[in-house]
Amino acid sequence: MSELLFEIFCEEIPARMQPRAETDLEKLLGDRLKAAGLDWTSLKTFAGARRLGLVIEGLPVKTADVSEERKGPRVGAPDKAVEGFLRGAGVASLDQCEKREDKKGEFWVARIEKPGRATTEVIAEAIPEVMKAFPWPKSMKFGEGEKAQRWVRPIQRLLCVFDGEVVPVEVFGITASNITEGHRRMGRGPFTVSNFLEYASVLEGEGHVLLDRAARESLILNGARKVCVDAGFELVEDAGLLTEVAGLVEWPVPVLGEMDPDFLDLPPEVITLTMKTHQKYFAVRDPKTGTLVSKFVTIANQVAPDGGAAIAAGNARVLSARLSDARHFWDNDRKTPLWDETGERPDMYSQLAKVTFHEKLGTVADKVERVAALARELAPVVGADPDLAEKAARLAKADLVSEMVYEFPELQGAMGRYYALDQGEDAAVADAIKDHYKPQGPSDEVPTAPVSAAVALADKLDTLVGFWAIDEKPTGSKDPFALRRAALGVIRVLLVGVVRLRLQGQMFGYLGSHFITEDREGNWSLGGASGQGVEIAEKCTQDLLAFFADRLKVHLRDEGIRHDIIDAVFALGDDDLVRVTAKARALQAFLDTEDGAALLAGNKRASNILAKSEDDLAGEPDADYLANAPESAERDLIAALAAAGPAAEKALAEEDFAAAMTALAQLRAPIDAFFEHVTVNTELVSLRRNRLLLLSAIRTAIRAVADFDKISG
Amino acid sequence: MAAENAPSFQELILRLQSYWASKGCAILQPYDVEVGAGTLHPATTLRSLGPRPWRAAYVQPSRRPGDGRYGENPNRLQHYYQFQVLLKPCPADLQDLYLGSLDAIGIDRDLHDVRFVEDDWENPTVGAWGLGWEVWCDGMEVSQFTYFQQVGGQDVELVSGELTYGLERLAMYVQGVENVYDLDFNGAGLSYGDVFLEAEKQYSEFNFEHADVDMLIEWFKGAENQCMALLNLDKPLPLPAYDFCLKASHLFNLVDARGAISVAERASWIARVRELAKGCADAWVKSERALAEAAE
Repeated sequence: MSELLFEIFCEEIPARMQPRAETDLEKLLGDRLKAAGLDWTSLKTFAGARRLGLVIEGLPVKTADVSEERKGPRVGAPDKAVEGFLRGAGVASLDQCEKREDKKGEFWVARIEKPGRATTEVIAEAIPEVMKAFPWPKSMKFGEGEKAQRWVRPIQRLLCVFDGEVVPVEVFGITASNITEGHRRMGRGPFTVSNFLEYASVLEGEGHVLLDRAARESLILNGARKVCVDAGFELVEDAGLLTEVAGLVEWPVPVLGEMDPDFLDLPPEVITLTMKTHQKYFAVRDPKTGTLVSKFVTIANQVAPDGGAAIAAGNARVLSARLSDARHFWDNDRKTPLWDETGERPDMYSQLAKVTFHEKLGTVADKVERVAALARELAPVVGADPDLAEKAARLAKADLVSEMVYEFPELQGAMGRYYALDQGEDAAVADAIKDHYKPQGPSDEVPTAPVSAAVALADKLDTLVGFWAIDEKPTGSKDPFALRRAALGVIRVLLVGVVRLRLQGQMFGYLGSHFITEDREGNWSLGGASGQGVEIAEKCTQDLLAFFADRLKVHLRDEGIRHDIIDAVFALGDDDLVRVTAKARALQAFLDTEDGAALLAGNKRASNILAKSEDDLAGEPDADYLANAPESAERDLIAALAAAGPAAEKALAEEDFAAAMTALAQLRAPIDAFFEHVTVNTELVSLRRNRLLLLSAIRTAIRAVADFDKISG
Repeated sequence: MAAENAPSFQELILRLQSYWASKGCAILQPYDVEVGAGTLHPATTLRSLGPRPWRAAYVQPSRRPGDGRYGENPNRLQHYYQFQVLLKPCPADLQDLYLGSLDAIGIDRDLHDVRFVEDDWENPTVGAWGLGWEVWCDGMEVSQFTYFQQVGGQDVELVSGELTYGLERLAMYVQGVENVYDLDFNGAGLSYGDVFLEAEKQYSEFNFEHADVDMLIEWFKGAENQCMALLNLDKPLPLPAYDFCLKASHLFNLVDARGAISVAERASWIARVRELAKGCADAWVKSERALAEAAE
């Protein structure tokens, strides 16, 4: 068994593209080798600032011989048919074929032997294919004619060694060798290698290149922690930054730098983000207080003879210049109020009228006014002060025109909060400005403070209803306005805060107040649709509610609630997501019990019988039947229904869904007994009708909880 | 960086010029039309197009009216210098050649951490883009390094390597100076401020307060018309036409600095300049191809 070592040595690969490139290389080359019939024991990729490659262990030196048989014409078939068969099978004459016999008589069989191919041949074919079709997010042309490359940055060398020997793969006019290069400054080489062990040890030794991403990451993290701890501080860790830096350096050397302490009066987010975004530095804090200190950690790419003093000093100067810019934005922004109620001073709010939210949905100022009204309306539902909710909504987007947010879009909301506090706004208002964007992702926290929740809900609902009104819905993988995230955000705010909202009703009203235009004839128009009255608005909000239902399914899937159970609950037309969710949870728990499963089966059986029946099933069973049903099993069922029906209804009214399920569970044994002992489809028309109506009544009672027909058995 | 042996501002330029001259570049002089960046010099914009090889290096004063700070900001200027290098076709060892230029101006790469960090360059006004890096020295961006892919809306025939050094920033770095006006200009007592501080004050006032917007808009239209007229000739004149494209671009920057262009209008102004640039690029490529064919 043999080893393949392959390396593409090229100019600096953008850090953000490296992890994906490793995956793509593994998949694309692995697939091609497999397709050629090769297998191996291990495959490991590596990528860094200047190289992408892999090592495959345990490859055979050639692919297996393949022998296959091909059935030919009957013995004695016309010459033409025989010739065609021989040509197709690549066999010289019938002497090399054998006769076989089946029911119809004798026929020819050719045996075709395909010898295995040398693995090196497969490799030399596969690598150029993979490289020419490599899916870089952005690639460039370099060189001309036969030397023309299309790659992420210019390729300098290719190394391809199989079983100790060079495989002279040729791509973009470059022929692979067994030579690689190390760190530009600390051990460039070139180095000749014959296997991975030698390659890795020469690079990590003399070449000063740490090949493995995970090793670089852990060296950076541990080294950065250590320089902080040694100075009595603590590293502010950042996983995204760590990954990025591991893609920028080949030989990571953490260096602790000193920044001008005067900058510490800037908001910590601004300092951390300035360090991260512009300079790829880590921030440093005091382990006791948790506040930032006037230090930073930069990860140098080399060991310097002065111990990194010049590197630390140079980086500190750059950071000061960057923080000076940030200070300039901070000072300037605070000269302008977010919103001047008197309208006398220029404020950020009025500049929003110049920012387009969406061509068909007006400016950000238009949106803010809608959201302010909706936040006021929703305030009582979430227990917020309506005045504060309205004010917070009005201030919520003002920081979008601040210089700081222009520079660091990630700080939207966070800066608004600082500026609001600076102007003496209520803390609840300031917090809502920051938190109304939340939750941004599945791991982000959900705003629960009443004012924050009101603005968060209003902002997201406005976005959803607005985009639905102009018929800009997510399709497939396309969701340019992040509407799925907005809907999930609404769901989480409602569920976490136990906010009782009739969602569809709310959206219907909102749509009518802001997004529907009515002409003189009373025709409404909405997005692409136009028509009479409330129909189109109904349809639009119905569709949006279905979208919420889908998002709710995805959300509850993580806690194991089945999607068909949510459908069964939604089928009753409830649009209070808190209630829908509570009911779905209770229903799922019930269906997991024996009673639940049996009741589901009973319901299914009843439904089937009712579906097949040709009788007129309007109305209720006759009073006489209910009082004097012939069989004891049906009398028991009638009695059970008389008790369970009202009990379930009462429990539903009290939203005690577990109790509703318990009530239904009382039906299980009588239903089972009924199906066992009673023949529904009797010849006696009146009795049959009454029994069918009894089943119908049972189903109605069950349906009051959820549409069991939607649940898969 | 030790400031003692550091080159003066003019010495830095001289070293870069002699370094790149030794690598086969024609050392050109600044273009005599106001431009926002060294890339806009026809020696880069136009010469990067067409089939003929080209190597040039030059200093180009760059004017960015909106960046004026009345001489009060230690890092920002409305008029500053770029050193521009264009190698077409790009040699395979341009990174090494570039690093050699840092050695030439006295940056000790054992002591200082030089890095190539992803930064793709784009200039929508002239319909140009390329992939490359910003080069960091101890975290300071000292150059822009780009492999041109498109210029004037056209795919390039030969890929050029383009280097842009921000001279003031580089000089501040090598001299260890915190304020641009404190730069040693000539090694004989003259500072950058002695040469340019008053100009920064006057031009900032002009750019932000006194530039006559109505007149500038008229001039813009005039430049646009002249450019189009030259491109519409039976035998177009792309070089003089390009001058008027540059003038239009600078006039737009002046009007913009006066805050007279709304966000909505901005895109359409830029598109107008881009149309001119594209027209010039098209006409230039045609004439270059004709010249190349005639030479064969």
